[in-house]
Amino acid sequence: MAKETQQLDRVVIRFAGDSGDGMQLTGDRFTSETAQLGNDISTLPNFPAEIRAPAGTLPGVSSFQVHFADFDILTPGDAPNVLVAMNPAALKANLTDLPRGATIIVNTDEFTKRNLVKVGYEKSPLDDGSLASYHVHPVALTSMTVGALADHPISKKDAERAKNMFALGMLSWLYSRPHASTLEFLRKKFAARPELVAANIAAFEAGWSFGETTEAFAVRYEVKPARMHTGRYRNITGNTGLALGLVAAGVRAKLPVVLGAYPITPASDILHELSKHKKFGVTTVQAEDEIAAAGIALGASYGGSLGITTTSGPGVALKSETISLALMLELPLVVIDVQRAGPSTGMPTKTEQADLNMALYGRHGEAPVAVIAPRSPADCFDAAIEACRIALTYRTPVLLLSDGYIANGSEPWLLPVVEDLPDLRVEFASEPNGEDGKFLPYLRDPETLARPWAVPGTPGLEHRIGGLEKKDITGDISYDPANHDFMVRTRAARIERIRVEDVAVEDPSGQAKVLVLGWGSTFGPIGAACRDLRQRGLNIAQAHLRHLNPLPANLSQVLGAYDKVVIPEMNLGQLAQLIRGRFGTDVIAYNQVRGLPFTSSELAAMLEEVVKNV
Amino acid sequence: MSSVPVQLSAKDFKSDQEVRWCPGCGDYAILAAMQGFLPELGINREKIVFVSGIGCSSRFPYYLNTYGMHSIHGRAPAIATGLSVSRPDLSVWVVTGDGDALSIGGNHLIHALRRNVNLKILLFNNKIYGLTKGQYSPTSELGKITKSTPYGSADSPFNPISLALGAEASFVARTIDSDRKHLQSVLRAAAEHEGSAFVEIYQNCNIFNDGAFDVLKDPETRDAYLIGLQHGEPITFGKDREWCVVHPPGAFGLEVRRTSEVDEREIVVHDATVAEPAYAFALSRLPGGDLRHTPIGVFRSVGRPTYDAIVQEQVATAQAKLGGTAEEELANLLNAGDTWSID
Ligand SMILES: Cc1ncc(C[n+]2csc(CCOP(=O)(O)OP(=O)(O)O)c2C)c(N)n1
Ligand code: SF4
Ligand SMILES: [Mg+2]
Repeated sequence: MAKETQQLDRVVIRFAGDSGDGMQLTGDRFTSETAQLGNDISTLPNFPAEIRAPAGTLPGVSSFQVHFADFDILTPGDAPNVLVAMNPAALKANLTDLPRGATIIVNTDEFTKRNLVKVGYEKSPLDDGSLASYHVHPVALTSMTVGALADHPISKKDAERAKNMFALGMLSWLYSRPHASTLEFLRKKFAARPELVAANIAAFEAGWSFGETTEAFAVRYEVKPARMHTGRYRNITGNTGLALGLVAAGVRAKLPVVLGAYPITPASDILHELSKHKKFGVTTVQAEDEIAAAGIALGASYGGSLGITTTSGPGVALKSETISLALMLELPLVVIDVQRAGPSTGMPTKTEQADLNMALYGRHGEAPVAVIAPRSPADCFDAAIEACRIALTYRTPVLLLSDGYIANGSEPWLLPVVEDLPDLRVEFASEPNGEDGKFLPYLRDPETLARPWAVPGTPGLEHRIGGLEKKDITGDISYDPANHDFMVRTRAARIERIRVEDVAVEDPSGQAKVLVLGWGSTFGPIGAACRDLRQRGLNIAQAHLRHLNPLPANLSQVLGAYDKVVIPEMNLGQLAQLIRGRFGTDVIAYNQVRGLPFTSSELAAMLEEVVKNV
Repeated sequence: MSSVPVQLSAKDFKSDQEVRWCPGCGDYAILAAMQGFLPELGINREKIVFVSGIGCSSRFPYYLNTYGMHSIHGRAPAIATGLSVSRPDLSVWVVTGDGDALSIGGNHLIHALRRNVNLKILLFNNKIYGLTKGQYSPTSELGKITKSTPYGSADSPFNPISLALGAEASFVARTIDSDRKHLQSVLRAAAEHEGSAFVEIYQNCNIFNDGAFDVLKDPETRDAYLIGLQHGEPITFGKDREWCVVHPPGAFGLEVRRTSEVDEREIVVHDATVAEPAYAFALSRLPGGDLRHTPIGVFRSVGRPTYDAIVQEQVATAQAKLGGTAEEELANLLNAGDTWSID
């Protein structure tokens, strides 16, 4: 009998299991199937901090959340509607995030006495009534998978491992996902072991038919495609977006890219990704430490490459002196900080945006650099190009602040047309610019205040540069008080002069009295919260900063147009402090530093209070 | 950017900057030797880059009319690595001090040597922090009395040659500021070496550590103290070659003997190309705390693929596979993976 199909506008599913259960892969595949269908999606993985935490324990739980909808969405969802729990640990670790009424699919085979004890369950939550307010679907996932693969020439262990494909098959049926791409993926992934291709496909199909036949699932769901901009899409994480943006910047600048990096969570994936793209003239050097990584990038920039260094907060702390040198040398340097919860080692796998002060002020002396931040995974590509544009045009270090939330989260990315990307070509100095054939390394372009980029190998332009204060124009060492004062102001002006786009304000009503201002990865939750308010008839304006230094020219005017300005941040008010100091605006700072992104519902509740009280 | 090599002289390598070391500083002699040597390289000025750290010694690039960067304390090897790996057409030199290279920058030095980056690294060893006015350094002898160690330093020094060998250096040499001919011969050998060339230059700081190397310079003592290494020659020294170096059977290292007391065949014939670094290491351990039996010259010079070459080869091989223009390939890269269309 054909089952009833119900239409949903959005669903949030969280796949959770032991790190060995393949939940990231399962989530990835489900996402890919969902993308093919044309839903809008947003995903967020959550990895355990330990590489191999003991199996079945709470610290070993790994999860992947996917939010998909028939409209455009901004976040991976505050709370899951469906939890797939592969073992008791996964259930326990995620239960507190589930709203009442949510669906739980559990792998009953793993609910053994031993596993329950491991996570401190005295009785099985499946039997003691504690899950009464949820829809629980107990499924013997492991044994059914093993049963389905009985005739396959593989070990019992391999058969058990295919249970994630059983789960994927079941969920794919339940949400009416197309699955050709998954089968294709399995064929490729296990190409070297055809018996595993067959087994995993069989497990997937077994899961699918189980969904179809079991009494447990009375209805099947559908989420219609979203109305998105026309064009070609792919799903992308922030880290991949940054890496591709850097490759693209190199191509558009017609410059070799040199990346210096030292592995650090959550930035390492950028190093991994860029290391694959040597054919674009990308050189990656895994340095001995972050200081060397920055030095390598700077040395490469000096030689006429696009020098880039990628890291997270602790690494930025180490690079600080090299960034200062780049600023004195007035050479391009792109520094990417994928922020994580600090200070010190902090919570490396958790997100935060508390490095803004370090990016703006974390150097000795008056040492301003350009600072920009992407707002979402798909925005990372453009942000990387923008960082390179500023570095190359203005010959300055640029700090790009991503964070763990957008680094690992993903969403559909409307593929750009290469020819439409900004032209980043620069001209190296080729001729002496002074009288009598003299070369003046610190004679600036009056418009950008950039000095000539005279790369070694250019005859007649031999010159010496360094970290000692420079005499304006000649670049000779100078201890002259007036010159130092002038140079300090000039370096400040160099950043102030950078042309950045105005900040846009979204206020469909045109009547809002409250502005919510954000930067970086809070864009999604803030945007979703604003929509929520508007749907309930409340007016609110949203503005989001990409450029944190210099700030957009129209920001002062924007701030002045509202009775109240609210700034939510995953720190203790760093942008809020900057805005108060710079514009004297009396902002309301809303802050949380829990290592987690804001949920849109908490922001909505907070904003509603503010809006109702103006 | 193409350039035809031209015949240059020492004068061409002098910059217009006033040299600002203390009168009598050993750095002057090294600078003069370098300016005298550079024309020999047969490389145009624009293709030569000196990168230094911070210290008196690190002012060196300002005085040479080549490209130069006076960077930050200890980091020159890292910066030079980025330059060298991306610009194989350049001749890249690093100038550093004993504090710069072995204290704050120790990590970068050993990794540059390990990678065998194509850098010529000149360590001016005056066994003191000159620029910061006379604190002991990682090469100062144990018990050294300085401003920061009025009761004598409590830490044993590095032997820079041993350290470089331990870091897998493919070329290791030592020379002295005052012996221009020797200094230039070592620079020549370093310049000819493909890969990292590490050169320790004993340099007198006449203000804060005057006379540190006098025994190696004084005509009275130098013959008995210095061991000049010549590739392919038996290692003998002294006014009348009355001393020699042997490898006694069963001993771990090398030892000094009276030439008259050993069979000629027992005298070690210097071979800088020995693959096993233990030999050069044994040479590096010959001097005692009083500098007696200090070898100078090239300890080790072996061929090994350079980091630069391997990295460039990888990039070149990958680039050779470019099917279309970079823009077309970029479009393919962006469109790779699971994509879908919304019409
Ligand atoms: C980060 C940093 N720390 C400390 C210093 C101060 N400093 C400058 S040079 C130097 C030591 C230099 O000694 P060495 O490398 O032996 O060079 P020399 O002056 O003897 O040639 C120190 C400690 C600095 N410039 N930067
Ligand atoms: S302090 Fe010593 S090393 Fe420095 S310039 Fe003077 S003499 Fe030379
Ligand atoms: Mg010194």
